Parts: sequence; C-alpha cells; structure tokens
Amino acid sequence: MALFSGLSEKLNHIFSKLKNRGKLTELEIRTAMREVRIALLEADVNIAVVKDFINKVSERAVGQEILKSLSPTQQVIKIVNEELISLMGSQNSKLTVAPNPPTVIMMAGLQGAGKTTLVGKLGMMLKKQGKKPMFIACDVYRPAAINQLKIVGEKAGCFVFEKGQGKPVKIAKEGVDYAKSYGYDTVIIDTAGRLQIDEDLMQELEDIKKAVNPSEILLVVDAMTGQVAVEVADTFNKRLEVTGLVLTKLDGDTRGGATLSMKAVTGKPIKFCSVGEKLGDIEPFYPDRMANRILGMGDVLTLIEKAQEAVTEEEAKKLEKKFRENSFTLDDFLSQFETMNKMGGIKNIVSMLPGMGINSAKMKINEDSVDESKMLKMKAIIQSMTKKERDNPQIINSSRKNRIANGSGTTVQDVNKVLKQFEQTKQMMKQLKNGKRFPF
Amino acid sequence: MGLFSKLKSVLKKTRDGIANKLNDLFAKNKLGEEFYEELEDILISSDVSVATTMEIVDEIKETAIKEKIKDKDYVINLLKQELKDTISYADPLTVKKPAIIMIVGVNGVGKTTSIGKLANKFVKEKNSVTICAGDTFRAAASDQLAVWADRAKVRIIKSDEGADSSAVVFDAISSCKAKKTDVLIVDTAGRLHVKANLMEELKKMDRVIKREYPEANFYKFIVLDATTGQNAESQVKLFNEAIGLDGIILTKLDGTAKGGFIISLSYELEIPVVYVGTGEQIDDIEDFDAEEFIEAIF
Repeated sequence: MALFSGLSEKLNHIFSKLKNRGKLTELEIRTAMREVRIALLEADVNIAVVKDFINKVSERAVGQEILKSLSPTQQVIKIVNEELISLMGSQNSKLTVAPNPPTVIMMAGLQGAGKTTLVGKLGMMLKKQGKKPMFIACDVYRPAAINQLKIVGEKAGCFVFEKGQGKPVKIAKEGVDYAKSYGYDTVIIDTAGRLQIDEDLMQELEDIKKAVNPSEILLVVDAMTGQVAVEVADTFNKRLEVTGLVLTKLDGDTRGGATLSMKAVTGKPIKFCSVGEKLGDIEPFYPDRMANRILGMGDVLTLIEKAQEAVTEEEAKKLEKKFRENSFTLDDFLSQFETMNKMGGIKNIVSMLPGMGINSAKMKINEDSVDESKMLKMKAIIQSMTKKERDNPQIINSSRKNRIANGSGTTVQDVNKVLKQFEQTKQMMKQLKNGKRFPF
Repeated sequence: MGLFSKLKSVLKKTRDGIANKLNDLFAKNKLGEEFYEELEDILISSDVSVATTMEIVDEIKETAIKEKIKDKDYVINLLKQELKDTISYADPLTVKKPAIIMIVGVNGVGKTTSIGKLANKFVKEKNSVTICAGDTFRAAASDQLAVWADRAKVRIIKSDEGADSSAVVFDAISSCKAKKTDVLIVDTAGRLHVKANLMEELKKMDRVIKREYPEANFYKFIVLDATTGQNAESQVKLFNEAIGLDGIILTKLDGTAKGGFIISLSYELEIPVVYVGTGEQIDDIEDFDAEEFIEAIF
C-alpha cells in the first residue's frame, strides 16, 4: 500500500505550511512549487517532465484563478491535482480485441522488468474472463526463460507454444497460426528483455510486430525505474508504437514517479499494475486514485485498517443495522468516540486524514473537534443523561438541559454543542448509508 | 560534511596556485545561476538524489564565489574529483578463500546472471567454484542458474522448486567442505525489501551459513539495477539492516542509466561497489572503477 504515499506526505507537508495563510503571493507559489519540484524529483519523476509540470501549474496558479479564490491553498492543491490527473490520463485497462481471432498481445521491455511473470498474470486474468489464451515463448536468449514460461503457463492453466532457441519472428508467426488452428482466441507473446539502445534486438521486435500484427503491444516497466524511464518508454514507443504500459513491482516502497514520466512522454495509457508475485496479483491502474494519493488523500488506508482492528465485526454489524434503521443513539455516539480512542485518539486519527499530513501536531486543527479533554467533557454530558434521553434526544428540553449541565459540571451551551455534534454525525452516517463518499 | 571540509582544504591549497591565476586571466565565462542549475540537472538526471545534488552544488557554488573561481572546467573537475573520492575506498574489497558469497536483491536486478559471471571470473583466477541454487521460489530459477554453471564449467547444488532455501545452502556447504572448494556462491530468490516474511527467510539463510561454515570468509553482496531510481537507497538500507551487506554489484550499466544513486548512498552507508555488470555475456563483469563511473555521468 506504499504507492506514492511518500510523495503524498511530502506534498501534505508543503501545503500544511501554506494552510494558515490568507492569500498567496507569487513568491509563495514559487516556494510551494520548488517544494513540489523536489518531491516529484525524489519520487523519480523525470527532470524534464517535472520542469514542464511545474511551469504548467505555476502558470495556472499565479494567474487570476488563484487570486480570486477564497481559499488559495485549496486552489493550488486543486490545480496540482488536476494537472497530475491529466498527466496520468484516464483509466483504461481494457485490452483491445482483434476483429478476427486470435487477439495478439505482445510484451516488450528491459531485462528484469517482469515480462514473463506478467504473461502468466494476464493469462490467468483472461481465463477468468472466459477467454482461451495461449502463450508463445519468444525469449530465446535468457537461459531457462522458456522453462520459466512453461512453469508459469502450467500454473495459469495456459498452453505454451515453444520452438526452443529458434528465430523469434518465426516462432511468433507459427505460434499465431497454431492458435488459429486450435481455437485459442488470445495469444500472449513473451519476448526477451532488451536495452532500448540494442539496435539488433529492437529491430527484432519490429519484425515480430510486422509478422503477427498485434492488437496490443504492452511495454512492461519496473515501477522502481529512475530518470531513464523517459528514454526507455520513448524509444520503445517510437520503435513499436506501444498500445499501453504496465507497471510492475508496485508492491514495494517505490514512489513510482516513473509512472508520470512514461505517461507524459508516450501519452499511452497505463493499463495494469502488478502488485505481487502470485499470478492473481494484477490490478487495473486508477489514475485519479493515484493522483489523489499523491495529493493528500492521506493515509486513509491505514486508518481503515486501524478501524478494522478496533471495531470487531460484530460491533460493526450492530452499528450498520442501527444506521439502516435510523436508530443511532447518543449511546452509540459515545461508543463511536470510544472506538476512536482505541484507534489511537483523535489526534492520531486526524494526522492520518487527508490534507493533514504527518505534522498535524504543529497545525492548528479545529480545537473543538480535536481536544481530548473536550471529549471527556462530552462523555460526562452524555453519561449524565437518562437512558430515555440518550435513546430519544429530541425530548431533551431546556429544563432537562439544565439538569444535564449541572450533573456533568458543564453549561447548557456545552450540552447544546454535544447535541448538535450528534445530529451532524447522524447526518454524516446517513450520507454514508446512501453510498456517498465518507466526507473526510 | 567530510566532503566539504575536504573540498575547502583542496581549494585553499590551490588558492594561490598558478592554475587559479590563469583562470582569472582567461575567465571569459561567468559562473551564473544557469551553470549551477545545469550541474544540478546533470546529477539529478543520473539518479543522484535531490538532497545530495543540492548539497554538493550549493557548496561548490559557495566555495567558488568565495575563492573567486571563474573557470567552469575547473569547477567541474573539482566536483568530479570530490565525487570520485566519495565513492572510492582505500582498500578495495578482495575475496579471500575459502569464501562463501551470498547474492541478494530485489526481483529482476540480475542476480542469477551476475552469479554466472562471477563464477566464471573466479574460475579464470584459478579457483574451484561451486554455485548453490538458493532461489527455490521463482519458476525455473535453478534451470537458469544451471545454464550459467555449465557455461562457467562449475558445479551446481540445487533442489526442487519450493524447497527450503536454507536446506539447499546447508547441503552446498557440506559439499564444499568435503571438496575443499575455494568459492561457494549462493543465489537467493529476488524479494522486495519491504516484505518482512521474505526478509526473515533471508536472515535464516544468513544464520545457517554463519553456523555451518564459520571457517569461511562470508561476503554478502546486494545486486542493484542501474536503471533503478531513488528506491535503490531503500533497498540497500533494508537489506543491510536485515543481514548486513559487504558490497554492491551494480548491473545493467551497458544501458543509458548511470546509477547515480551510488553517490547519495555513499554519503550514508559505507558499502562499496565491488563489481559492475556491463552486458549479457559471461565476461561482462568488471571491477568497479570510480573514475570511469563518474566520467560516465558527465
């Protein structure tokens, strides 16, 4: 789950510095952009791509848009976010199907990018979709590459067409003919890893392409790739006109800036992400999700995990039922807050929320909603209510409020505040129930 | 900080040097912001980290202004020299026999290929060599290694896919002890450094080797792919934390990637680059040459 989270932390940090400001000056934007630049470079986004990106964003930010805005920081984040999303393109994990079967999918990439493993993953995915895929072993150079593909094919339940260490172009052609005769509707061609500057081997790929006319040419790239990603993607794309990119090894802690670089330079969609060593470990690429991650969706996933640890399944089911029946009471409200304490207290939770970043301790968060001592107060107030009042807060009139305030050592205003927060929470839960996004 | 105090002392020594005076005389090109930005870009484009790059270039700039150096080439050469010093080590690592070398790294960096090349190199240096197929996870990994063993004409100890890698190592050690083998090279499965369970498995192999073969000189080399970006740092750190590393093998330097992360790494950890991989042939392995490496960046 470490995709881009490093970059996200950094940008959050940058923007948290800006959060308490009023209007942004040109100088401030420049400072912010310098930080954005560093964060992107540290994430391995190519330096030329970064320059381009920063120029675009600054141009938009310094203009009227930002100065007219009521919340300049929000505006900057929005612009950076939009530009990032537009850079990464739209979601597109569909594989083009040839009008006349078989559909030919060809792999290409540097050595060690993970092509052979990916062939297995794609094969298994296609099988699940009801296709009948077959593999062709065209990596005749790397020792035991054919054996590896055969083992992978066996695991995925896909037939592997191989002709030993023959000529890759000929093998590819024969393989496709074989698929035609034996009713395989999809053919995936594994090719040898090669450097983009290896003229002979690049020519070989062009020849294979010419011979089998693939519907998809997927460039497989290691997500950990550095600055050279641009050059690699550009060369492969120019020689082969790739149809899509696939990112591998995204289950590591790489920030994956190469993704942005390659997308920027080729304009081709990133179709899949490979996230593990098992054949099922393949996912579509969601650019918006990725950009959101970069730009302050925070550590929501960690938060969800923690919530899952703190709330037992039984408790969660009970709560869910209450939402459904609209019988969420002040008791439930209180236990909700107690759950939050289990999750490490409100400060900890807030620090994981989007936009708060890592250094929320330094930030002035809305005191009312965060201060832990105020939560104790709230607890006292709710516990000073009768069972009837807690189940039906609407019966709490002014004389009841006075009694509750006295009982909890607070004021009527405090009681009102708690009741208001309760109502707000109820509203929030309703939204959640209606399938809207959690209003973080 | 060592680098910069060194840098300053070098500059002081040459302050009144003839070269400097000549520079002043022929200083046509002013060292403006653009020049330093260009220097930054060169380093960043080679995957030197941003922090390291800015630190080096800022310091060079400051010193150049203070010392009134106006010659571009002079500044560049100074920078090169310092970078070379950063990644060089006084006594280069030499493998002493009997040796056991464990090769680790993330997936797809070229561990198996490097082992083939290393085995060949040690054979050429008149050593008896055995390789151990410790990657029992990846499909056909031991087949791949067997091809290399055949090419290098060395013995290979392997077992079935899915077997316990520590058990294979155990067998290999027993065999090498009996045959008095000079060098045993152990392959391991590629693993992402963030996967705790796989790192535990590696620690177990490490323990088994230490326990079973204490008389051997034990070297642990991490293989890094030159095309990798800043993640290389995380790889080295976590593998080093897990088992302690003795050296780096930098592969795929025959491409256009420069592997500049080595420079940033040298600031934090003292793990020397020992060998570099420069192609797919069995002889395509060389001892690391700091000068060549830095020249390739500029």
